[in-house]
Amino acid sequence: MNLKKQLYEGLLTKNPVTVQLLGMCSTMAITTSLFNGLGMGAAVTIILTCSNILISALRKFIPNEIRIAAYVTIIAGFVTIVDLAIQAFLPELSTSLGVFIPLIVVNCIILGRAEAFASKNTVLASTLDGIFQGIGYTVALTIVCVIRELLGSGTFGGGLLNGGEGIRVIPQQYPAMLLVMPVGGFLVLGCVIAGSQWLMKHLEMKNKKKEAAK
Amino acid sequence: MEAILGILISALLSENFILVKFYGICPFMGVSKKIDTALGMGMAVTFVMALASAACYGINLILIALELEYMQTVVFILAIASIVQVVEMFLKKSVPALYKALGVYLPLITTNCAVLGVVLVNVQEGYSFLLSVVNGAAGGLGFTLAIVLFASVRERVNKADCPECFRGFPLALISAGLLALAFMGFSGMRIF
Repeated sequence: MNLKKQLYEGLLTKNPVTVQLLGMCSTMAITTSLFNGLGMGAAVTIILTCSNILISALRKFIPNEIRIAAYVTIIAGFVTIVDLAIQAFLPELSTSLGVFIPLIVVNCIILGRAEAFASKNTVLASTLDGIFQGIGYTVALTIVCVIRELLGSGTFGGGLLNGGEGIRVIPQQYPAMLLVMPVGGFLVLGCVIAGSQWLMKHLEMKNKKKEAAK
Repeated sequence: MEAILGILISALLSENFILVKFYGICPFMGVSKKIDTALGMGMAVTFVMALASAACYGINLILIALELEYMQTVVFILAIASIVQVVEMFLKKSVPALYKALGVYLPLITTNCAVLGVVLVNVQEGYSFLLSVVNGAAGGLGFTLAIVLFASVRERVNKADCPECFRGFPLALISAGLLALAFMGFSGMRIF
């Protein structure tokens, strides 16, 4: 069990969004303010961790033929719990994320991790995997959010800081509205993925140089 | 009649499921490398979406009667999974030609958020039975339109010369962005 390695994988080399390319829908649809990004990230992390724990605990009892249906039912149960909790305690988040909270059921990150990791590993490892993959998702989501919000509405921390208005960085008349529109989702995510690919390549080259120097 | 046309136009163009509302991005990215496969996927999705809209309209009535609305997500996703399974078995037995064309895509549809998305939207908007089915079918057609257009763009873009870190997926996303930009031209379009 290598904590640091799992965290590194979740954040960069096996990041669910930028490398595994899972859960694209929510990554583009709701990333218009920091509040949305953190809220969605937290919701997915909680659901992913819970479903990973339960699925890995039940992995010896679920028959192979109906495993996908069983996983989906477990995930849908947790999604409903989180959905109702958000509606009760954070109604603003519930209105701004809308139908994308129940749609976490079909978010491929959760089913993907259940199938690829939780169904084959111990409860402890699956818990950590859920947390780290969730953090990786949240970080990627937050980066996309910050870029889109900063350039698209000219603010930082919308929905959270400064009484929900966010801190204004770019004067009102200058931001490129386009980036908070659907188009911006595709463009910004494309650039973020390209950036992470560049970063990984860069780090790899650096490691190689280090080894060569030795 | 006007309501039906309105839903049809908005689901196809101004509120396109993929390019404006971001439902079903995974198959949009995954199955759009060739036009033929994109068309096959689009047809399968349209069929399932219309069927799921009809079935879930009935199921929702039962849930309301039993005061179990909070179970919607769980019940709908199970209903969609079973519909996909039944459609698969039915096609395999009775229309083998169609099954051969769509077979590979059918299991993928369960986790396509366009299907669950349209069902949830139908319920939230309180559409009647007819409008739900129209919304499902039109949403599916919008999905097909977007995925076929995107596949034809992608076949060419793949050969383009670009910075190395943009190769593959990032470039595909950016071309999808440009396609979404084109569809933005339809926003605000109202016939009625």
